[in-house]
Amino acid sequence: MRRTVGVAAASAATVMLVAACGGGGPQSGGDQKLTGNKIVLGVLNDQSGAYSELSGKNSVKAVEMAVADFRAKYGDRAVTTDISVETADHQNKPDIANTKAAEMYDRKGVDLILDVPTSSAAEKVADVAKEKQKLYFNIGAATTTLTGAKCNKYTFHYAYDTYMLANGTGRSTTEQGAKNWYVLYPNYQFGQDMEKSFSAAIAAAGGKVIGKDAAPFPNTTGDYSTFLLKAPTLNPKPDVLGTMQAGAELVNVVKQYNEFKLRDKGVGLAVGLMFLTDIHSLTPAALAGTTYTDAWYWNFDARNREFADRFQSETGTRPTFAHAANYSAATQYLEAVQAAGTDDADTIVTGLEGKTVEDVFLRNGKIRAEDHRVVHDAYLAQVKPQSEVTEPWDYVKVLKTIPAAEAFRAPSSECKL
Amino acid sequence: MTGFLQNTFNGLVSGAFYALLALGLAVIFGMLRVVNFAHGAFYMLGAFGAYVLLTEAGVPFWAALVIMPLGLAVVGMALERAFIHRLTRLDPLYNFLLTFGLTLILQDLVKLRYGVQSSPYQTPSALAGSVDFGVFDFPTYRVFILGFAVAVCVGVWWLLTNTRIGMVVRASTERPELTQAFGINVGRWVTPVFGFGIGLAGLAGVLAAPMRAVNPLMGADLIIVVFAVVVIGGLGSIFGSVAAGFGIGLVQAWGEAYLSDFPIVSQTIVFVVMAVVLLWRPAGLFGREEAPA
Repeated sequence: MRRTVGVAAASAATVMLVAACGGGGPQSGGDQKLTGNKIVLGVLNDQSGAYSELSGKNSVKAVEMAVADFRAKYGDRAVTTDISVETADHQNKPDIANTKAAEMYDRKGVDLILDVPTSSAAEKVADVAKEKQKLYFNIGAATTTLTGAKCNKYTFHYAYDTYMLANGTGRSTTEQGAKNWYVLYPNYQFGQDMEKSFSAAIAAAGGKVIGKDAAPFPNTTGDYSTFLLKAPTLNPKPDVLGTMQAGAELVNVVKQYNEFKLRDKGVGLAVGLMFLTDIHSLTPAALAGTTYTDAWYWNFDARNREFADRFQSETGTRPTFAHAANYSAATQYLEAVQAAGTDDADTIVTGLEGKTVEDVFLRNGKIRAEDHRVVHDAYLAQVKPQSEVTEPWDYVKVLKTIPAAEAFRAPSSECKL
Repeated sequence: MTGFLQNTFNGLVSGAFYALLALGLAVIFGMLRVVNFAHGAFYMLGAFGAYVLLTEAGVPFWAALVIMPLGLAVVGMALERAFIHRLTRLDPLYNFLLTFGLTLILQDLVKLRYGVQSSPYQTPSALAGSVDFGVFDFPTYRVFILGFAVAVCVGVWWLLTNTRIGMVVRASTERPELTQAFGINVGRWVTPVFGFGIGLAGLAGVLAAPMRAVNPLMGADLIIVVFAVVVIGGLGSIFGSVAAGFGIGLVQAWGEAYLSDFPIVSQTIVFVVMAVVLLWRPAGLFGREEAPA
């Protein structure tokens, strides 16, 4: 305990010292204003559990790619050549995320924590960032509380959230004629949030939720047939089944959706949250025609593809949007430090707020000053039929781009930075 | 009415998995007094084995349905000889810990090689359609599972009641010492019975591959329910495990269908039933009360 207090005091003193020297300005040549004359990036995510493939170790690789690219771009002009990447497994547990985040900031000298999937863990880390006054870019979590009740000066929400998913899939699908919905969601925080967001988006677009059911979570039996049998018997018959399940549960729902041939019975499928890795494990044949909202797609254009090719040569697989977003977030942070000439968190925040950004992940990107939501173009995507899949991992066609201004919710009044 | 029949059918299909898994657990417990916590892991290995056979060697579902249970039965027998056998004389807790540890090792080995993302496995094309029952249609594959599981259960029942092997197994399940006293070498049958139980778990795994997510943790969740089924049926009771398996499948399906406004009910109904059964009949529905010594 005494040791922790000592370390905390020492780091606080260092921060104050650096802050005090910060007046010198960024162009002061050799006199760099970096803590320890180095930059440390911390990737805190799930490296062994349910989200380890859609993000996990390959997100660490993506951040390392960003560091390598930064070095190559600036060479001797770089603010420092001493940039390292720390990483930890939070196992999707909020208490572990809490401890690891504090350890990263205090003991490992981490300047920025990245990723942090699982909403409950993500919220804990936001509290730690606020307390330690250090930067945190969340990529992996979906909860809108990060830009609502839990928002703070040092936390930025980078890639997506439940509003973006519902607004994309729920609204677009309804506008395209699927007026009547049956919504199936897992009975826990994420599922309940998704159901609320979807119901609101569907109603706003003139649709109606005919029925909704909370499936047990975790669903120990892996069986969803009761709900799938019920869907076509509702009156009026729903045009589409909206499933909010994720990961292995989504796989179960989709397998059984196909078994019961709901598409042939006139009930389409819309998925709340899906990653490229989910499509890969279900095969495109099982999902053909399914629409969902994607934050980024690797084969969308030449620029994305070039990044995806490099990513594949590093990891052997194509990137999910979470991988690309981690790369982008690390890059934007390093650029901000380079421009400011310091890693002082408050200075970096000031530099980032209101900034417009265009990179491989962020299209028409803007870092909103009001709530630190990073807005950017999102995409309404549809899974191709097997016959149109011409190369591995190219499973999706983008139906339309949802402009950055419409993709995310307006800043919430709950957020006071 | 149609809806009720559909839900009943569904419950029986879920119940078929419980029955196959619980049956394996029951014969193992009866013969060895071992609560085999690794049963879920072998179920997972059955499904994964089918996936690996298909993708690495092009072995179709039908062949996997034979290869995996036999292969896993051999693995099970080796396991019994190498480890479990050494601990049966000690407190049952030791084997519980052994099989629990084994579960973690098996799960993580598969995770290491194949990751946590579910692996794709298609329904065999011959069973991909639906069967029309007049009032409703039902996926052919589910009808097949139900028929197949019932056939396996009946087959095991026949084996136990009509063959000499069955007689020995039943006798040594109920009164091992007494059977021994009649000059029957009970020890000789322990290893094959363990292998048989594991083979049933593997079989259930192969059957699950086309309709459930195939991933390293697929057995970990399911096995908790199966343990409840075994307890409800009566530990070691072979008939009880099968009856409770199908029964719990039905209760769950009806619960989900008719109490859908209370998701918490369908989530916990199995354990509520278990608690009630234990209060009413501590040895389970078909279990025999231990005679006071």
